[in-house]
Amino acid sequence: MKEIVQMIVVLSVICTICGVALSGFRNMTEDRIENQVLMNVQGPKVKLVLEGAENDLIADRKKLSVNDEQLLLFIGKKQGKDWAIAYETVGQGFGGDLKVMVGYDIEQNNLTGVQIISHKETPGIGSRVTENQFTKRFKGLHIDIEITPNQCPDEIDAISGATYSSKGVCEALRKSIALYPEIRKQALAN
Amino acid sequence: MSLSKEFTKGLWNELPPFRLVLGLCPVLAVTKSAETGLGMGLAVIFVLTCSNMLVSSLRNVIPRKVRIASFIVIIATFVVIVELTAQAYFYPIYEKLGIFIPLIVVNCIILGRAEAFASRNGVIPSALDGLGIGTGFTLSLTVLGGIREILGNGTIFGAEIMWSSFRPFTFMVEAPGAFLSLGLLLGIMNACSKSN
Repeated sequence: MKEIVQMIVVLSVICTICGVALSGFRNMTEDRIENQVLMNVQGPKVKLVLEGAENDLIADRKKLSVNDEQLLLFIGKKQGKDWAIAYETVGQGFGGDLKVMVGYDIEQNNLTGVQIISHKETPGIGSRVTENQFTKRFKGLHIDIEITPNQCPDEIDAISGATYSSKGVCEALRKSIALYPEIRKQALAN
Repeated sequence: MSLSKEFTKGLWNELPPFRLVLGLCPVLAVTKSAETGLGMGLAVIFVLTCSNMLVSSLRNVIPRKVRIASFIVIIATFVVIVELTAQAYFYPIYEKLGIFIPLIVVNCIILGRAEAFASRNGVIPSALDGLGIGTGFTLSLTVLGGIREILGNGTIFGAEIMWSSFRPFTFMVEAPGAFLSLGLLLGIMNACSKSN
C-alpha cells in the first residue's frame, strides 16, 4: 500500500512541476513564436495576396473579433490610404484543414489574390492547389460571386484529379466572402 | 572510472550512431545537410545533459516501478523546451527538422542513458556522460550530413565548395544515400578499431 501511494505521489509531483515549468516557458516564448510564424509562414503569402501594397503588412496587422471569433487582419496601403485587406479562413480539403488567405480590394470589392497558408493534401496531387496556376484563377473575382457550399463556382475550374482539394479552397473562399461585409465595416471604422 | 573518461567515452568507444548503433532514425532522416545535422545534434546535447542531470538527482526519490514513466515526463519536458526555443529563435532550422524535434522524446539514446547511466550514478558523472554522448552524436550527424551535402549538393553549410563542373549525386541527399553513407562510415570505423 505504502509503495502505491509513493508511486502516485512522486509521479504526480514530477508531472505537476514539469507542467508548470512548461506553461511558464510557453508564456515567455509565445509572442516571439507568433512573430516568427507571421514572418516566415504567413508573411510571404500575405505579400503575394496584397501585391502592390506599400506598407509593412506584418507591422500593420490588427486583431479583430468577428462573430465571437478572433481573426488576424492584414491591411495593405497605397499612397498612405487603406487599399486592401486580407484574412484567413479554413476549408476542408482531402487530407484535412486547408487554410486560405484571401485579399480584397476595399474600394472595388474584388479579390486581389488567394494563397494557401497551410494544407495537408497529397503531395503532387492535392498540393497543386498551392500553385500559382490555380490560385491566379481567383484574382479579380467580384465578391458578388455565388458559391454553393462545398462547390466551386462556375468561374473557377477545379484541378482535375484534385477536386476535393479545389473544393476545399472554394469553401474557404465562400466563408471568407461571407465574413467580408462585417470585416470591411470594422476595418474602415478604425 | 575517472570523470574525464565519462566524457570522452562518448566520442569514440560509445559513439552513439556507430558504436552503440542507437538513435538511427534521426541519424538517417536529418542528415540531408551538415546544418540540419548540427542543429539536431545540439538539441540532443541539451536534452540529454539536462535529463541526465535531473534523472540522476532524482534517482533516490523515484520508485523503480514508475521510473520509465518519470524519465519520459522529464525528457519530454526538455524536448518541448527545445522545440519552443527553436521555434522562437531559430525558425528556419525548426522548419527543416520538423517532426524530428518532438521525436527526440522517443530517441532511444536519451532514455537509454537515463536508464543505464543516470539512474545509477551521481549528478556530475551523469552530466559529463550526457555531454560526451551528445557531442559524439552531434559530431557524427554533422560529419554524415557534411558528406551527404558535399556529394549530393556540392555545398557544405550552404557554401559552394566543389569545382564548377561537379555534378552532384542527388541520390546522396535522398533516403538511400543515408543508408549507404551510414553503412560505409560504420564499416570504416570498424576497420579502424580492428587494426588497432
